[in-house]
Amino acid sequence: MNVRSPDMNRRWNRKDLLGLRELSADEINFILETADAFKQVGTREIKKVPALRGKTLVNFFVEPSTRTRTSFELAASRLSADVINISASTSSLTKGETLKDTAKVLEANHADIIVLRHSSAGAPQFLAQRLKSSVINAGDGAHEHPTQGLLDLYTIREKRERIDNLNVVIVGDILFSRVARSNIFGLLKLGARVTLVGPSTLVPREFEKLGVSISHKIDNVLPDADVVNLLRIQHERQRKEYFPSIGEYTQLFGLTKERAKLLKPDCLIMHPGPINRGVEIDSEVADGLQSVILDQVTNGLAVRMAVLYLCGGIST
Amino acid sequence: MKRARALPDPMSATIIRNGRVIDPANKRDEIVDLAIVDGRIADLSAIRNPQSEVEEIDAKGLVVAPGLIDMHVHLREPGFSHKETIESGARAAAAGGFTTIVCMPNTSPAADNPSTIAWIKDRAAETGCVNVLPTSAISKDLAGEELAPIGSLKEASVVAITDDGHCVQNHELMRRAVEYARMFALPVLDHCQDYNLVGNGVVHEGYWSTLLGLPGWPAAGEEAIVLRNILLAELCDHHIHCQHVSAAGSMRLLREARARGVKISGEVCPHHIALTDESIQNFDTNFKMNPPLRSQRDVDALLEGIADGTLSILASDHAPHAEFEKEVEFDAAPFGVVGLETELGIFIDLLVHKHGKIDIRRLIEMYTIEPARLLKIEAGTLSSGAVADVTLIDPNLEWAVKIDTFQSASRNSPFNGWKLKGRAVRTIVSGKTVWKL
Amino acid sequence: MDAAAIQRALRRVAHEIVERNPDLRSVVLAGIPSRGVEIARRMAEFIRASEKIDIETGIVDVAMHRDDVGARAELPVVRASKLPLPLEGRTLIIVDDVLYTGRTVRAAMDAISSFGRPARIQLAALIDRGHRELPIRADYVGKNLPSAASEKVRVRLEQTDGEPDAVWLFKE
Repeated sequence: MNVRSPDMNRRWNRKDLLGLRELSADEINFILETADAFKQVGTREIKKVPALRGKTLVNFFVEPSTRTRTSFELAASRLSADVINISASTSSLTKGETLKDTAKVLEANHADIIVLRHSSAGAPQFLAQRLKSSVINAGDGAHEHPTQGLLDLYTIREKRERIDNLNVVIVGDILFSRVARSNIFGLLKLGARVTLVGPSTLVPREFEKLGVSISHKIDNVLPDADVVNLLRIQHERQRKEYFPSIGEYTQLFGLTKERAKLLKPDCLIMHPGPINRGVEIDSEVADGLQSVILDQVTNGLAVRMAVLYLCGGIST
Repeated sequence: MKRARALPDPMSATIIRNGRVIDPANKRDEIVDLAIVDGRIADLSAIRNPQSEVEEIDAKGLVVAPGLIDMHVHLREPGFSHKETIESGARAAAAGGFTTIVCMPNTSPAADNPSTIAWIKDRAAETGCVNVLPTSAISKDLAGEELAPIGSLKEASVVAITDDGHCVQNHELMRRAVEYARMFALPVLDHCQDYNLVGNGVVHEGYWSTLLGLPGWPAAGEEAIVLRNILLAELCDHHIHCQHVSAAGSMRLLREARARGVKISGEVCPHHIALTDESIQNFDTNFKMNPPLRSQRDVDALLEGIADGTLSILASDHAPHAEFEKEVEFDAAPFGVVGLETELGIFIDLLVHKHGKIDIRRLIEMYTIEPARLLKIEAGTLSSGAVADVTLIDPNLEWAVKIDTFQSASRNSPFNGWKLKGRAVRTIVSGKTVWKL
Repeated sequence: MDAAAIQRALRRVAHEIVERNPDLRSVVLAGIPSRGVEIARRMAEFIRASEKIDIETGIVDVAMHRDDVGARAELPVVRASKLPLPLEGRTLIIVDDVLYTGRTVRAAMDAISSFGRPARIQLAALIDRGHRELPIRADYVGKNLPSAASEKVRVRLEQTDGEPDAVWLFKE
């Protein structure tokens, strides 16, 4: 059969996607190549393929999320998998059942793929070690959000045709951000130069040990940037002691119209959403020509189809 | 000190032959026979008299040490007997070579009143195969708000006060507790953790917490309270002992204070020198304890602290938890690991064999006369006439940790499968062998 | 089969395609990766040489349309399909190296219909080794190669495999 590559198993043999830190550059590239094929499905008249027909995917969201859950749901539908959504309020976790027991019940109901969003770092590892089902991390605490990292990589690669040697600036709350971590791990593996920018309380210096740069002066780093990825400043999770006010944050780190003029014309502006307009980014900049924020959403679908196909398609 | 155990039948005698007797209290280290008559250490001449029955133990190649003391153990009774009971914890102690264990007051109800202490002592006398010495809380219900009835607790014969598992945050309250305890010559033990600095931290704040996105527990959170305790020990002129010291900065503070003669001391746990925070990368909750596993730099500092005497006491912080409690998300899991059955092996293997930081003689001191002096208990010596608590140690025996064989009711050890050199082979309490390999 | 025999077979198939499709401008040669794509390219060259017409080619990836994903230990690599759109009114010729059970062709037809509705679909294969499991037959065959189910057919093409062109039958 000529569609089978003899080195498929060499390039991908994981049942789970837990984070980008554990993946090799080749594995990341393979997901991105696979996503190319699935992105093309979105251009077809019939946007559905039977690749995961008969498989059951459970969107198990212990922490609320609309975008990521919807994206996974759509990705699964396009692959013809059956989808069940379970949120914290509908799960037995609220009745005191442990995560392990809830997951065992899902597995006993023949869930082939469990997409887990959880407020505790390491919760997907916990499940993956205990279940035969595929476990896909849809965000665990401040740890990783691998599909977001992958869709960011995919978008950069699509727009700039490479990732190595690009200057990528990540701005905002790095300390509590799983998006930042997955981006850092993925970008470094693919050879990008990463600079973290934000208040010193929210940018841990330990990241320098991975080879990233840290700056607290955004105006100094914008002129050399090929990509600026702005993270959402989360009021709800921030305690007062990390920075004095949203106003001071915007003044020091917000990508305002004036600051956007410092950027190279081909610099990409990214944001994982949802955007706080006027806080981390000015409205005009978010909607401007350099913004690829909506491409990120579209690519998220292709990347998640690729991940579900690769992790969920293997017979267990 | 009241003995929890009844003495054996009269006229029983045991002779331990050809062992290397190390008795730091009497500065003895020689190959000699050791006699036990009627549950007490006796002169060899006593045994030459005709006896009805003499048990002979061949200790060739073994170290004959005073019964070891672990002054930091959680026995979980009353309240959490699904984790451990006094009976199972005492068996674990015996299997680890310990004849005396000091249990912490964070039970349910908390051991902050004489009746709970009396209950624990009764229970230990009934079911415990080793000596169990209770501590009581510093503050009522370990809440850090008002003093526990320290005078009545002293009457109930607790050996020390501590809020272990918790830490009195109010420096004024701590000051008064230390001052008050001084009146009874009751040592104060402290779990050093500044709640504001530590917050919801679950692992050492550093490289791994940053990579894994787990809430960090900074070393400064321990060091701040170690410093507080040094200041209060000076202010009140009374001894404060810092439990399970884990950070390099604590080492510097303790070293400097001890050099000035401040009544301050520190203990070290096996996991804090055997492991670093790198072990948490698979989110295995058997590596979650409080204080957390720290960096290699901290481990190196602890090893230096052991070598130069800054840390004077070895202890396990034996903290059993049931499997279902540990099998949860990392930040939801309880802190703590079991240690009674692995600590001696780890310390001999690492401190004596691998790193050569101390010799076996100093190691025995840190498990016997050091805690005995601190707690003012009659234990940890092989003096003639002393109660015959004896541990036989084979410092060169190679063995592997198997959690399935633990006497403890819990299995939450990070050391399963570790190959170690050195362990206890026989534990004798009041002249009676309570455990042997 | 050696390189010369393969070229002869492909030239003949290309000739048959020309004969049976008077409106060559509506024809698309859609290769199944990776050797089918190369065979389609070669046939397009033959047609260009003889008819002076640039016939359109495309790629139809079948991996995500297979009916056995999840049942196999090894996952097929998916690639993007590439077809000239719209397909309405066109004649799509699926090109593959070996026609065997017919399941790949069925998957290819599914993939094509998700892009649109061509006027007709035909099938060209370099080798037909028999053993069909579905009611599918080729419109153009380079060579019929009767084989036992226990035997394997191996095709090598210089451009896809880095080895000289060859086809042979062997037993494991």
